[in-house]
Amino acid sequence: MMYVVVIGCGKTGSAIADLLSKNGEDVVVVDKLNSSFNLLSPEYTGFTVNGDATELEILLEAKIDKADLMIITTEIDSVNAMVSQIAKKLYDVPKVIVKINEPLKSVIYRNTGIITLSPTDLFIDKLRDKLSKEEGKALDEERTI
Amino acid sequence: MRIIIIGDGKVTYHLIKKFIAKGYEVSIINPEQEYCDYIASKTNALVIKGDGTNPYSLKQAGAMKADIILALTDNDPNNLFICQVAKNHFQIPKTFSVINNPDNEQIFKKLGVETVFNTTKLISILIEQRVEVSNVSNLISIEEGRLNISQIILQSNSPVLGKSLKEIDLPHDIVFGCIIRDDQVLIPKGDTKLLEGDKALIITLPEKQAEAYNVLIGE
Repeated sequence: MMYVVVIGCGKTGSAIADLLSKNGEDVVVVDKLNSSFNLLSPEYTGFTVNGDATELEILLEAKIDKADLMIITTEIDSVNAMVSQIAKKLYDVPKVIVKINEPLKSVIYRNTGIITLSPTDLFIDKLRDKLSKEEGKALDEERTI
Repeated sequence: MRIIIIGDGKVTYHLIKKFIAKGYEVSIINPEQEYCDYIASKTNALVIKGDGTNPYSLKQAGAMKADIILALTDNDPNNLFICQVAKNHFQIPKTFSVINNPDNEQIFKKLGVETVFNTTKLISILIEQRVEVSNVSNLISIEEGRLNISQIILQSNSPVLGKSLKEIDLPHDIVFGCIIRDDQVLIPKGDTKLLEGDKALIITLPEKQAEAYNVLIGE
């Protein structure tokens, strides 16, 4: 069983926390707003920590020092950058995955060992796949004619 | 010298004026139109309306050829981000940041911000130093308050009168600098005896100051 710390309990964070909890992982999710935890499903069996994740005290309360995996999902890129670097560089968390809201701001993660995922870029990639498949289909149709 | 400042309010405004008066080239990034207009009308700074954490705004502000970046916002994650983009992406050699949460000082330093102004700590140190403790005066504080030189006048009730330096039990991290006795400066040796009315100059870390006072003044 992995110990996973999820930062941010918005749409993305709560869904990830639910998923990991369902998969039997040991999960704690951190959010500044207590009401955000309402987004978690009733089946969620992990823990919640209410507080600002850029405060070391809060991260320690979430036991960042024990984490096998940390997933950082807030809407604010500078918060994500600070928390992910604290996890990677100060606490040697083995795997740190961070959500990039503004793709331009991903420059900061070069050579850090932090894994970045940008919903915008993922959307564009998927779209490109879809479009090229449909083009392919269109070509096939042309050929059969 | 080219400086980029990210901040708002009066402090930023006056810093811009000071730096321009010194002949530096100053750029300022601020998200508020009104503030930008004000700075543009009052100073010769290059004013960029934008988000200081965005590499594009930094580039517009001249980050490619800047020597110094100064992050002065009240948001610590933003300040860290600004300094890291400046250092890692634009190779700006000197990065300065204020921090609002005093616990962030070590984090910022470990993550590569060169100079960190811990405003909460600085103000509390300044206040402590200005609050008069009888017979004690703080003369200088060095390195943003990390080292203090203070003077203690030994009164008749001091527990160390008549004792030599060897005999008194000064805590570690305290250097007994010199003694001023009747306008004479004595460089103390281990067998120098302390007398009433001596002015003792000591060099201490701020956190050891109270201990030093206890030894030399008594409780």
